[in-house]
Amino acid sequence: MNKPAASPAAARRAPNPAHLALLPMALTALVVYLGSMLWSLRISMSSSRSLPMQDFVGLAQYQRLFANERWLHSLHNLALYTPLFIAASLVVGFLLAVLVDRQARAGGLLRAVFLYPYALSFIATGLIWQWLLNPELGIQQAVHGWGFAGFRFDWLVDQDRVIYTLVIATVWQGAGLVMAILLAGLRAIDADILRAARLDGVPAWRIHVSIVIPMLGFSFATAALLLLTAAVKLYDAVIAMTQGGPGTASEVPAKFIMDHLFGRANIALASAGATIMVLTAVALLAPLLYARRRALRASR
Amino acid sequence: MKAARPPRWYADPARLGLAALAVSAAAFFLLPLYVMAITSLKPMEEIRLGHLFSWPTQLTLDAWHAAWISACTGVACDGVRGGFWNSVSIVLPSTLIAITLGALNGYALAYWRARGAALLFGLLMIGAFIPVQVLMFPLVRMLGPLHLVGSLAGIVLVHVIFSMPIMTLIFRNHFAALPRELFLAARLDGAGFLRIFVLLMLPLSVPMLVVAAIMQATGVWNDYILGLVFAGREHLPMTVQLNNLVNTTTGTKLYNVDMAATLLTSLVPLAIYVISGRWFVRGIAAGAVRG
Amino acid sequence: MAAVSVRNLRVALGGQPVIEALDLEVADGEFLVLLGPSGCGKSTLLNAMAGLLEVSGGSIEIDGVDQTWASPRDRNIGMVFQSYALYPNMSVANNLSFGLRARGMPRAQVEERVQRAAALLQLEPLLARKPAQLSGGQRQRVAIGRALVRDARVFLLDEPLSNLDANLRASLRRELKLLHQRLGATMIYVTHDQVEALTLASRIAVLHKGRIQQLGTPAEVYARPANRFVAGFMGSPPMNFLEGTLTMNGGVPHFTAPGCEFELRDCDFGAAAPMAGEAVVLGVRPEQLRIAAPAAWSGVVTLVEPMGNHQVVWLECGGASWSVLAGSDARHQRGERLPLALATGSICLFRADDGTLRGVTA
Repeated sequence: MNKPAASPAAARRAPNPAHLALLPMALTALVVYLGSMLWSLRISMSSSRSLPMQDFVGLAQYQRLFANERWLHSLHNLALYTPLFIAASLVVGFLLAVLVDRQARAGGLLRAVFLYPYALSFIATGLIWQWLLNPELGIQQAVHGWGFAGFRFDWLVDQDRVIYTLVIATVWQGAGLVMAILLAGLRAIDADILRAARLDGVPAWRIHVSIVIPMLGFSFATAALLLLTAAVKLYDAVIAMTQGGPGTASEVPAKFIMDHLFGRANIALASAGATIMVLTAVALLAPLLYARRRALRASR
Repeated sequence: MKAARPPRWYADPARLGLAALAVSAAAFFLLPLYVMAITSLKPMEEIRLGHLFSWPTQLTLDAWHAAWISACTGVACDGVRGGFWNSVSIVLPSTLIAITLGALNGYALAYWRARGAALLFGLLMIGAFIPVQVLMFPLVRMLGPLHLVGSLAGIVLVHVIFSMPIMTLIFRNHFAALPRELFLAARLDGAGFLRIFVLLMLPLSVPMLVVAAIMQATGVWNDYILGLVFAGREHLPMTVQLNNLVNTTTGTKLYNVDMAATLLTSLVPLAIYVISGRWFVRGIAAGAVRG
Repeated sequence: MAAVSVRNLRVALGGQPVIEALDLEVADGEFLVLLGPSGCGKSTLLNAMAGLLEVSGGSIEIDGVDQTWASPRDRNIGMVFQSYALYPNMSVANNLSFGLRARGMPRAQVEERVQRAAALLQLEPLLARKPAQLSGGQRQRVAIGRALVRDARVFLLDEPLSNLDANLRASLRRELKLLHQRLGATMIYVTHDQVEALTLASRIAVLHKGRIQQLGTPAEVYARPANRFVAGFMGSPPMNFLEGTLTMNGGVPHFTAPGCEFELRDCDFGAAAPMAGEAVVLGVRPEQLRIAAPAAWSGVVTLVEPMGNHQVVWLECGGASWSVLAGSDARHQRGERLPLALATGSICLFRADDGTLRGVTA
């Protein structure tokens, strides 16, 4: 307690104002986050359909979940999407950051151009790219119009490729975020280090590979953390762009959960899916958080 | 032996290549916005020709008018204007309450030692990484009996809850970076919890408050899933109406109206982005230090 | 042959001229110190020599070769930065060898050079460490080592000691001087610290507002400052100044100011003979004064600063604030009037209008 009490008795009687102020936070953390998670876990072990039941069926819902084609397909899609999305965003974001950093005059303008998609909602992003990739009237048709009749770019309706269209759209939306984070890291690098490297006769590409990228470890880990969180939550963009289709080719776990909660009235199965999602998120985030902390310590 | 003076940038292939790369990257990022804009200004007959990138031969604002006034967003056919005002009425209180609570939390955590606060804060930070879908059903069950599902108060409350981790974090970091002596001096002057917060800490935090307001307003405006579940039919935000308009229209697809509605929905966050500029970037930096 | 010669150099930063028409010849094996206050252009000059800044005119020759437009890597110079600029992700050994490896030098040769530099700087036990695990002095030595492995003939050092605490700074200063003696290489050293300049330099170039105010040995710069700026910048506490006029008394020039008149014995006025009525500024260093009779001046004590082995006594002297060195056992009170006599050394006279040196007594 930080209070220099005028009289010990008075101090004991007066409530700590900080406790009062932190009450909403305490409720949110305990009731909403912790409570909801535990509740979700409890429901996932019941046989609830549209209403929560109090019975206990063990891991039966998890067995059903992993026998469910659509769930497995969702997981497969997310496993395909996540590394692609993160890798592409990091690579594109880094290149953009270097481009912005090296353009002394147009740097500010370029940064604004690369970052604006991040201000858009996933819904808008999804709808824009749905239109661009529309096979009848979009990019494919426009290129046909230029005389390249053999050109094919119909991934949006291609079961095997639709997931890549989600990668394209969300990388377009999120690469600017990576750029902004890396740019802040780039600008924090002591300019004398880069000068020393130039004097050492190190070519520009090698300066970036051997010095700049290792020094940006913390920034990269931070960006990867934000991207991973976004990837696991992937929902809005799918809804807007493909509604999970064609067929179930672009289903994702978040959508599976939402559909089973509200459309198919199978809250126990949805909750089992939710629990798996949390476990997956934790399993992926924990090493990243650890790596990020190490990078922070190394940079000091 | 003597090295030549380096050429001007327009004669230097390396710098020229870099500039060309920058221009093409910028073109790739701007192209979708351009296509969206010109599509919204074309009549449907012209769109059906399939010249995605060509400038409209016939500029018309009909699609914008329809998107705002008369396009069908589900059952009703009166455009996205209703959603616009719904979103405004959700964003304003959500932003105000969220940054007030965030600042208060951050201040209490940074300066006042309350029992268990560190643990709660840690829990809240873990919460920031949990997908909302996981918490959705219990939250519906909790808020249902309080008549908060499908109401303005409910959707605002949910936004406040889900933004609390990040808001608390950025304000805690902000206050922790201020010199602690300021707080101690105010304590020695006899000021209490609220007086220090209102008279000393808030005035010192104006830039952070602006950054937080920008982040929160953009985030709430762009939300889809919470609005879908918690806002109810009366208060559906613009993003939900937009998605309904584009993805559930029966009959012929009116791509120009779709694009006009998408642009209309994006105007507010784009305006925030263009006007706030560096503040928006500062918000990213503040949010990126999490963990 | 000069190791470095800079001719008519002009450098502008962001459109603002920082250096204008600067000439400088640095002899082979010399230890030249560029001295000046911050913002005087000394670091800019160093960066221009290194090729890290594009010059707007003039030429830079290194080892007899025009390197004005050569890339930094081709100039065969080693540089030590103020912040050391060590690569934080690499071990000490890799910090030393990175530049050589990047140039494609054979592995054995790289190894040999690193070992030699490490031995010279006593870095062997530290080779596997990362910069973050080193002390300030150790980082400093690694930074020097990185310049050393290049086998450069010219070393540029940009305030290399300014990030260290006072004790370490003094000991590294001596190490640096010994290193220079051992290597016999040319060193150009930027600092704002006049003690470093006086102790290290074979010649000092005092810079101010992008121009070299004076170029000379430490003794010359100290005893015969070219102008009031140099006189005031060198020495701590700084030179005492008093405005007055020249008078002739029985054919001997005198300095006259309200309350004091002083004979200028054996004064070297250069080509222009002294004329009565010339407005001049007298300059006397604190250590040239003694608190003793017969008094040439007198002043009222305003402050006494004990420095351990001596004291600095500040006096109010004809409207100017003067300082005098006194022994550590002297006792002086604030408000006391003290007589001042000239002890040793030369007194400087500056022109009142442009501040350049007018004459120096023997």
